[in-house]
Amino acid sequence: MDKVADALPGSQWSPFEMNPNLPPERADIVIIGGGVIGWSIAYWLKKKERVRDGVKVIVVEKDPTYSQASTVLSAGGIRQQFSLTENIQLSLASADFMRNINEHLGVLNQEPVDLQFNHSGYLFVANESVAHIMEENYSTQRFAGAKVSLLSPVQLKEKFPWINTEDVALASYGLENEGWFDPWTLLNAFRQKAISMGVIQSIGEVTGFNCTLNRMDTVDGETVDVKRIKHVNVRMPNSREYQPVECAIVVNAAGAFSAKLVDMMGIGTGPKDTLSGMALPVEPRKRFIYVFNCPDGPGLDCPFLVDYSGIYFRREGLGGNYITGTSPEEDAEPDVSNLDVDHEFFQEKIWPSLAHRVPAFESLKVTSAWAGYYDYNTFDQNAILGIHPLAQNMFFATGFSGHGLQQSPAAGRAVAELILDGSYQTLDLKGLGFQRIMAKEPLLEKNIV
Amino acid sequence: MWNCLIVLVERAMFVLYGSRFAFRVNMAAPLVPLQRFCKLASLHVCGRRRLWSSSVATPPSLYKRLLLALTQRFYDVEILLNWRSQLKSQALQKKNASLTPLEHEHLNTVSHTDRASLGYYHYTQEHYGDNVASAYFILNMHGSFRYAGQSEWFRSDSSGKFSWDFVNQKDSLLEEVDLGHTVINQMGLGNLVGNPLRTLSLRGCHEVDDWALARLHVFQDTLEELDISCCPHITIGGLAALRNLKGLHRLNVSSLPRLGSPGLVIIMLEEMLPLCQVTAKGYDLSLTQLGGN
Repeated sequence: MDKVADALPGSQWSPFEMNPNLPPERADIVIIGGGVIGWSIAYWLKKKERVRDGVKVIVVEKDPTYSQASTVLSAGGIRQQFSLTENIQLSLASADFMRNINEHLGVLNQEPVDLQFNHSGYLFVANESVAHIMEENYSTQRFAGAKVSLLSPVQLKEKFPWINTEDVALASYGLENEGWFDPWTLLNAFRQKAISMGVIQSIGEVTGFNCTLNRMDTVDGETVDVKRIKHVNVRMPNSREYQPVECAIVVNAAGAFSAKLVDMMGIGTGPKDTLSGMALPVEPRKRFIYVFNCPDGPGLDCPFLVDYSGIYFRREGLGGNYITGTSPEEDAEPDVSNLDVDHEFFQEKIWPSLAHRVPAFESLKVTSAWAGYYDYNTFDQNAILGIHPLAQNMFFATGFSGHGLQQSPAAGRAVAELILDGSYQTLDLKGLGFQRIMAKEPLLEKNIV
Repeated sequence: MWNCLIVLVERAMFVLYGSRFAFRVNMAAPLVPLQRFCKLASLHVCGRRRLWSSSVATPPSLYKRLLLALTQRFYDVEILLNWRSQLKSQALQKKNASLTPLEHEHLNTVSHTDRASLGYYHYTQEHYGDNVASAYFILNMHGSFRYAGQSEWFRSDSSGKFSWDFVNQKDSLLEEVDLGHTVINQMGLGNLVGNPLRTLSLRGCHEVDDWALARLHVFQDTLEELDISCCPHITIGGLAALRNLKGLHRLNVSSLPRLGSPGLVIIMLEEMLPLCQVTAKGYDLSLTQLGGN
């Protein structure tokens, strides 16, 4: 009887074995990259759709274990102490989102979201040569609404007796909305909420695009190929099987690996200084984080301290553990083909500065370390949000250079507004678009960690 | 991982609910109901997890289990329950309405529910000034306060009525505020800004969480006594926000259920706030024996 039922039309049986994990054949928006930025955009797209199931959204992620994803390997800090107003606004809006996170991302019947947010603030320490930059940044931050205070060396020593204030000229301390939290919880919260709203998750790798080409002449007489993506080819893991997903809009939230997608489209291969030679200036950069234990170190009031020499550290838990790291010099960038940790780097570059800033750290023991990628924007180390002139329907949300996690809720909302409303509604982030790359005017952030 | 879950859940649903769901699954095309199924499946799985979760101290009551079962079978029930929780949180926001309308450039960073509750006390503030508006807000929340330089406490009685004498004291600043067992949250605390508070009691407030503690830095110069005992949502991350209150003399952190290792936290608090006397009752600080002998 079962065989007869199978043979009738409308039954599930088919003589060809279909992989049930393939993504659907058609979707409205395909988000490439399942990190916190990708899922944040997916959530906001579903939040902003006016009709139930108005947009069909797929998030494509190649590695469900997130072994190399920047999100889960991040130190998890959030601060408003930037020099660029757009960055301050993005961070403030994200902090406001996290303040009411259960209102936004709470799913009925599930446990409330607990980000484990430590409200310890960031402390930036400057010497004489950079103190004036810190003062300028302070007025920008205050104007944009960040709650920061400036401390003199005497006040700094009074507040934090464990700091060595010998060469300190000025310090900037965050009072509210700054600290660190658990990135995995935020990612999962976005993912669960987005899936409960109808976003489809697809595990697979994007191997190519089918585009239509429009050959045009620019005002300067240059001939450019303007491409429009018609299909995204998603290949299944450990298989040659792939599904061409027909879509209207593609969002590039692939983080450190975003440039690969742009290469697949054939953009940026022209001669330099022309429109067709404008590639995506984002490349992966490896950064190390070391965990060490120091029983005599700073206590509960230990902030996320960032020294002017580039090293940073913060408390981790209550057992005298701290995590630290720094950005290497431009010419000494580590190899990005793997995520192996260089322990010599800690001994040579980090420990001396740590011990100089906090004398108690002269005796410490490194217990563990890991490495992760920054999606480093080589042009000006700030996010790139918007459309590339030669890819008509690919939206970029990448190049955050270490700030992706803390700006993810607000950046996701901004990109969703671009897609569904056509322009920014809440925060004006036009300055973070491709215009600045075309015009070669970098929007430099003076406070990169 | 999702696919295994879905297959398992599909089997479970067939067994539990019989033919109705199985029929729907068999009839539909392979991937179209995946979206709906994911939604239902995730609810179902998560609902089950909630029932069996080891963190739930007592199993949910019959009423809650009935609601859960109905939510899993009908979208209507799910939407109605969503509306109910949204209305509750909107009512809370309205109670904690902000006194001052935010400046235009900061409006971009405020969520839409916060924006909706602006201006509730705006009339009072415009006509009587900030101080009277703060006082009116506290009395509305069923709290009590005392002005600086006076010894009399203004409070509302059990039915919510209070005397309107405070309206005449436009220039008096608040010195002691008792908002214990009220629904004050982080937005409401912003209404007390501008007063040189010396004592603040937030005992037993269910809506006070870490973000509310982070807002207390505005009182860092004057605050001497703080009581945050019995607040179920405060964790160690929020206690780290008390770093700014260096002038604190008395702090009560008794019976905070979400502190993992209370003994260690108390020691670290005492270290962080040197002038402060920390009261922490209601914890089992006896040493437990680890390992076997």
